[in-house]
Amino acid sequence: MAIDTQTVKRIAFLSRLRIDDDKIALAEEEFNKILAWVEQLQDVPTDDVEPLISVNENNLSLRKDEVTEGNQAEAVLANAPMKEYGYFAVPKVVE
Amino acid sequence: MTDLTKLTIAESREALKKKEFSATELTEAYIKKMDEGRKFNAFVCETPEKAIEQAKSSQEKIAKGEGGDLEGIPLGIKDLFCTKGIATTACSNILKGFVPPYESTVTSKLLAAGANFLGKLNLDEFAMGGSNETSAFGPVVNPWSKDVPLVAGGSSGGSAAAVAAEMCAAATGTDTGGSIRQPSAYCGVTGIKPTYGRCSRYGIIAFASSLDQAGPIAKDVRDCAIMLKNMAGYDAKDATSVKVDVPDFEKFLGADIKGMRIGIPKEYRVDGLDEEVAAYWDKAAEMLKARGAEIVEISLPHTKYALATYYIIAPAEASSNLARYDGLRYGNRVDGVHLDDMYINSRTAGFGREVKRRIMIGTYVLSAGYYDAYYLKAQKVRRLIRDDYVKAFEKCDLILTPTAPTAAFPIGDKSMQENPITMWLNDIFTVSVSLAGLPGMNLPIGLNKNGLPLGMQLVGKAFDEESIFKAASALEKDINFKGVK
Repeated sequence: MAIDTQTVKRIAFLSRLRIDDDKIALAEEEFNKILAWVEQLQDVPTDDVEPLISVNENNLSLRKDEVTEGNQAEAVLANAPMKEYGYFAVPKVVE
Repeated sequence: MTDLTKLTIAESREALKKKEFSATELTEAYIKKMDEGRKFNAFVCETPEKAIEQAKSSQEKIAKGEGGDLEGIPLGIKDLFCTKGIATTACSNILKGFVPPYESTVTSKLLAAGANFLGKLNLDEFAMGGSNETSAFGPVVNPWSKDVPLVAGGSSGGSAAAVAAEMCAAATGTDTGGSIRQPSAYCGVTGIKPTYGRCSRYGIIAFASSLDQAGPIAKDVRDCAIMLKNMAGYDAKDATSVKVDVPDFEKFLGADIKGMRIGIPKEYRVDGLDEEVAAYWDKAAEMLKARGAEIVEISLPHTKYALATYYIIAPAEASSNLARYDGLRYGNRVDGVHLDDMYINSRTAGFGREVKRRIMIGTYVLSAGYYDAYYLKAQKVRRLIRDDYVKAFEKCDLILTPTAPTAAFPIGDKSMQENPITMWLNDIFTVSVSLAGLPGMNLPIGLNKNGLPLGMQLVGKAFDEESIFKAASALEKDINFKGVK
């Protein structure tokens, strides 16, 4: 399943990454090399195999839905590149 | 005084109790080594003042006959563990300047046991790499290097190098596809990735959540046992950590291994396997046999698919985990005209090449139309790989393999740089163990003809680190490996 330049651009956007125009060809080549390599998995018959999502199956337990460490606004915002009035600040989204 | 850094944790602990020297003296000795060892680029953040302060308080406890298992022991911490008030970067530009407001569970346990932290250790950016060359702080230099600087392995390259060069008594590492075991092999030190779920992942910067696991890198098997005991345990803050008892791993050391069945997977005799690696592998099997263990051939038929499976699953999980770096709540922000623009600018500037590569592969295999063909397929093959081990462990108690196909290679090696798959092939003996969630230890086995260390891997059943420690302590005695000069 070789991919083309348009797909590389789309994947880059979905990943929220920019690839400069002069690097697209290289990225495409590299991408196709990797995809050709993982293609080998298609040789493995897996029709009756359940996907393994976690090695510790049935381990997940529910916990109470309650606040454990509340009132930490200052600590939560401590690393924010921009904050205003106790909130994370972002570029204008709505005109 | 410099001799103090030669001591193992067990020896230091004993000497501290007997008041042969103080915790402060021990810590100062390591700080001196850390200063002398800057050329190795193992530490990316040094916290000597804090370490001394902690050592002083340890000394007071020791004087009163109190203190934990690691009282006064100076450790290095992989810079993937969040440490409260101490910069934590995952060696990525996107997290430069990030100071966690909380402590990871593993490091809090170590602190509670009395350890002090000398600083944060270099790694491949977000633990993605096998040579420590993807770090935003530059590569770690292997202390075994002679004329040409060699890689320390990765991703826990700083941890392995710092232990090898005696810049800390032991270090924390994390392992997703071999990141504790492979650098330990390259640097001639001992490291164990415990069973998935043994240690809490809380506060460890996530790479691939279904694979990531913390573990120690140390000077010998006993120190690994001491460290692991003080790192492991169920934690309500990590739903994937498992409610099982943490044994005192030290008590398994020196146990009789007569009758233990050691599996040798025939599929691991890969084409082009280094002759010296193969010879040491045979030698290790002979040593175990001489102690009464039984050597059995086993088969892990899906081994050859492990790398491709791993390089779908790990990037997929990484692309999800790293979506959080948006320049908004923490980390580096690069402004843009609108919100998406800011995300793109921040991420493009902040992530390095290998991380971007993996995010994009992950995004692709998870995207609409390709999910079933790649991601779901890989998860199915992952089950087959896991089932191979389940079957193999009906015939054996422990598996012996090499840790890596070669010794450490030069920094900037062309063939590795030009083709990412060549670099990934170094993980060939470690990734399937990770996919199966099993515990695996690297034990230094000897030097090759160029004087570089090689390592053997011992793989146990899930939560059977016990068998690993038993066999490793026997092998260690027979091997009598000497560290770097």
